[in-house]
Amino acid sequence: MSTNTYIYILVMAAVTFFIRFMPILLTNGRIKSPFIQSFLYYVPTVTLAAMTVPSIIRATQSPIAGAAALAAGAAAAWRGKGLFVTAIICCATVFLLELILV
Amino acid sequence: MPSAAAGYAGIRTESKNLSVFQEGIRDGIPIAMGYFAVSFSLGIAAAASGLTPFQGFLSSILCHASAGEYAGFSIIGAGASYLEMALLIFVANARYLLMSLAESQRMAPGTPLGVRSFFSFFLTDELFAINMARPGYLSPYYTLGNILTASPCWAFGTALGCMAGDLLPLRLTSALGVALYGMFLAVIIPQAKESRLMAGLIVITFALSCACQFLPGISSLSEGTRVIIITVAVSSLAAYFFPRKVQEPEREPAASAKEEPACKEA
Repeated sequence: MSTNTYIYILVMAAVTFFIRFMPILLTNGRIKSPFIQSFLYYVPTVTLAAMTVPSIIRATQSPIAGAAALAAGAAAAWRGKGLFVTAIICCATVFLLELILV
Repeated sequence: MPSAAAGYAGIRTESKNLSVFQEGIRDGIPIAMGYFAVSFSLGIAAAASGLTPFQGFLSSILCHASAGEYAGFSIIGAGASYLEMALLIFVANARYLLMSLAESQRMAPGTPLGVRSFFSFFLTDELFAINMARPGYLSPYYTLGNILTASPCWAFGTALGCMAGDLLPLRLTSALGVALYGMFLAVIIPQAKESRLMAGLIVITFALSCACQFLPGISSLSEGTRVIIITVAVSSLAAYFFPRKVQEPEREPAASAKEEPACKEA
């Protein structure tokens, strides 16, 4: 079968958009059920937590540097640092530690 | 931010939108850095699947999805069918169904369809994180600020990765690669500080997520699918045992603009 890269990209983009748009299109308005409201309230935090750990440890060359970035980032965020500062602290931790470790 | 033109409601709204837009740009910078590193490695994968830099750029500007695009490039490289492409992309991106549903509850009533589709087109993990962390209704101005900073980095990063392959030192990609996770932490940890319930949920999720790497069966699933399973399990249990009072979920955006505790910093 002969395939075209641009059609592939088009399929990829169409399906990606479909997934992101359908729920927004179909739920036009507030959901009343207390269970679903609560569920959706917890979703963002839980999903971000699940995406962060253990991926942050596997994203770096050395898992120790990744784990240290997790600790440093959590400490910075706990002390009220914003997005940018926390991200920089994580990057710097990995960079400095990998100078020694790798 | 105190506005000099506070006396005129119209001007106040305009300058408020402008400052929200500027905050969007500022918060988009760490995302852009992380995007650049991730999309650069994505571009290397794209080149390996035979894509040109332009095609890599096109994929990224149209999809904004790391795991999804990575899966897509592997399909292109394998020369599999368009149907397989559609199915794999669906699975790799299915977590956005949940995020989109959560976002739909944060849109101001009567948000036009065009703005809704604008939000959903740019619904990435990172933009979801920082948009949901803000009080009140989602603001398209804030999102626009994020996108103008982050999206070009994502797309050009992919194209550069296609061209330059392994020019960027591994040390640097490795360090930049954790920027995104640092941002996630900056979003979730303050919630843990405010509520013990959230702190507990985060710790449980961390533990469960690590365990799922090793549990037989679940560990063989894709990372995206695992995130969905964990999210649905933990969130529904939390909703069942700790239901929140039914209420109009959001304050008026005008009222929330004065507080913004999360945005004081930097």
